Amino acid sequence: MARRRGGRPTRAVVLGALTVAVLLMLAPFALVALNAVKSPADYAARGPMALPQRLHLAGIVDFWFRVDFGEKLVNSFVVSASVAVLAVLVSILNAYALGVGRVRGRTLLLIFFLLANLLPQEALVYPLYHLAKQVGLYDSRLALIIIFTAIQSAFGTYLLSSVYAVFPRELLEAAALDGAGRWRVLWRVVVPVTRPTVSVLFTFFFIWTWNEFFLPLVFLISNDKQTVPVALGVLQGDRLMDATTTSASALLGVAPAVVFFLIFQRTLTRGALAGALK
Amino acid sequence: MTATSRLERPARRRAVPSPARPAGDRGGFGLFLLPGLLLCLLVIVVPLLMTIGVSFTRWTGVGAPEWTGLANYRRLLADDTVWASFRNIGFLIVAMAVLPTLLGLALAALLFDYVAKQAGPRTASAFRAGFYLPQVLPVAVTGIVWAWILHPGYGALNAILTGVGLDPLARNWLGDPTYALGSVMAIMIWFQLGYPVVMFVSGLRRVDPELYEAAELDGASWWARTTRISVHLIKPEIYVVLVTTTIAALKIFGPIFVLTRGGPGNATLVPSYFAYQNFFERVDVGYGSTISTVLTVIIVALVAVILRVQRREED
Repeated sequence: MARRRGGRPTRAVVLGALTVAVLLMLAPFALVALNAVKSPADYAARGPMALPQRLHLAGIVDFWFRVDFGEKLVNSFVVSASVAVLAVLVSILNAYALGVGRVRGRTLLLIFFLLANLLPQEALVYPLYHLAKQVGLYDSRLALIIIFTAIQSAFGTYLLSSVYAVFPRELLEAAALDGAGRWRVLWRVVVPVTRPTVSVLFTFFFIWTWNEFFLPLVFLISNDKQTVPVALGVLQGDRLMDATTTSASALLGVAPAVVFFLIFQRTLTRGALAGALK
Repeated sequence: MTATSRLERPARRRAVPSPARPAGDRGGFGLFLLPGLLLCLLVIVVPLLMTIGVSFTRWTGVGAPEWTGLANYRRLLADDTVWASFRNIGFLIVAMAVLPTLLGLALAALLFDYVAKQAGPRTASAFRAGFYLPQVLPVAVTGIVWAWILHPGYGALNAILTGVGLDPLARNWLGDPTYALGSVMAIMIWFQLGYPVVMFVSGLRRVDPELYEAAELDGASWWARTTRISVHLIKPEIYVVLVTTTIAALKIFGPIFVLTRGGPGNATLVPSYFAYQNFFERVDVGYGSTISTVLTVIIVALVAVILRVQRREED
C-alpha cells in the first residue's frame, strides 16, 4: 500500500510515542537486570539507574545457592512438562469422542469441560488439600500433576473438540475402508493432521502450569519440592532481602519466562489460540 | 492463574454433516471419554460439591463439620471485609479487563493499520512482542519485580523520583492505603496489556483489506475506519478478551499475595485471598467455602450469560 496521508512529522510522532510506550513496558525488565548485577554498596551509592561500576554476580550466585534454585527449576520443569504431556493426551481422547465421535450429549459435556476449566481454584482447594492429605499425596508434585492435568485438559478438550468437529470426513472414511479401527485412526490420521493445534496446546499448557501459583503454594510445603514461582513468592518481604538480592531473585524468576518467550514467540504473539479456532 | 486466554470461542462453523453411519456407530467412542471424565470427577466435581456442602457448616478442618444452615451466608452479607473485597475486584476489573481492552484496541489498530504500513511489518511485530512480554511472566514473579520497584525504602521508583528532584512525589506506593489499590491496578494494566494487543492484531488480519480501501476511497478518516470497520469486525475477539480478563480479575490471587497480602488494612483485599486466609490462617473452613461458593456462582453466571449471547449471535 502506498505511503498515504500523514507526512513525515506525523509518522515520527506516532512511532516515537509507540517507542516510548514499549520502552516503558520493558523498563521493569531493564531495571531488574541492571540492579541484579550490582554490588549492594554500588546500589546504595549510585542508585538504581546508574550502570553497574563492574559486573557483580555474587548477588545472583548467593541467592541461587540460598534457595537451591537449580532444584526449583527441575521441580517446575517436571511438573509443567508432565502436565503438558498428560493434558494433551487427555484432551485428544476427549476431543476424539466429542468432536469426531459426536457422542450423545456432547454440547452439555463441552459446557461441563469449559466450566471445569473456569472455576475458581479456591472452590476446589480445600477439599483437594483434605483428600490429598488422606491418601498421602499432600506435599507431593504428583498431586499437582494430577490436578493440573484435569484443569488444563478441560480447556484443551473444549478447544480441540471444535477443531476435531470439522475434521475432514473423507480422511476418516478412507482410513476405515483400509480396515483401521478407531484407535488406529486416531493416532495415524487425526493426531498427525492436527499436529499444529496440538503443539499450540502443549506450549500453552506448559507455560500456564509453570506460571501457576495458588495451588502449588498450598500443596508444596517442603522447600525441596517447591516450584520457581512459589519459592520466590514466599521469600517476598523476607528480612534478608535487600535491593540487589531482590532484583537478583526477580531476574532468576524472569529469565526462564523470557527463554520460553523467545522459543515460543511465534506461537505466543500471533494469537495462536484464537487462530486455531477460526 | 495466568490471566490469559482460557475461554476462547468454540468453533463457529457448524459441524460438517456426516454421512449416514450404521446404527450403533456412536457407541464405543464413549470409552475415549472415560479417563477425562474420571479425572474431572475426581479433581473438580467432587471437590466442588464438597466446598458447596461445607459452606453450610462450621468446620475447622478437623473432626466433623457442624451444620449451621445459612449462617455463613448471613454472616457474609453483613461482613464489611467481604464487601470491601468485592469493591476492590470492581476496580481490578477496570484495570485488568476494561482499560487493557480499550488501550489494546487503540494499539492494535495503530500497529496493524499504521505502523505496519508506514514502517514495515517487522517493526510492527517487534512492538507487538514488546507489549506482550510481561504476559509470559509468572504472576508471582511480576509481583516480586514490582514490589521491589515500589519498595518505600530501597525501591527503584522512589530513588528515581528523588534523583530527578521530584522527591515530594515519592510515596509508600504499596503500603499507604490511599495509593495501594491504584498501584496494584497500574501493575495489572502493565501485565495485561499484551494479551488484547495480540488477540486484536490477529483478529484484524482476518479483515479484508479491500474493505479499508473502499472506505478510504469514500473519504472515511483513519479514525472512522478504525471505529466503524475494525471494531465491528473483530467483535468476537473483543468479546473473548473482555470475558477472559474479567474472569481472571475475579480470580486474582498471586499478585495480591506477593504485593500486599490484601493490605494495608483491607485496601487491596480480594475474595480469593480472603478465602485463602479463612482456609489456611483462620481455619474457618466453612466461611472460606462460603466465599468460594459465592465467587463460583458469580463466575458460572457470567459464563452462562456469555454462552447464551454467543449462541444468539451465531443463529
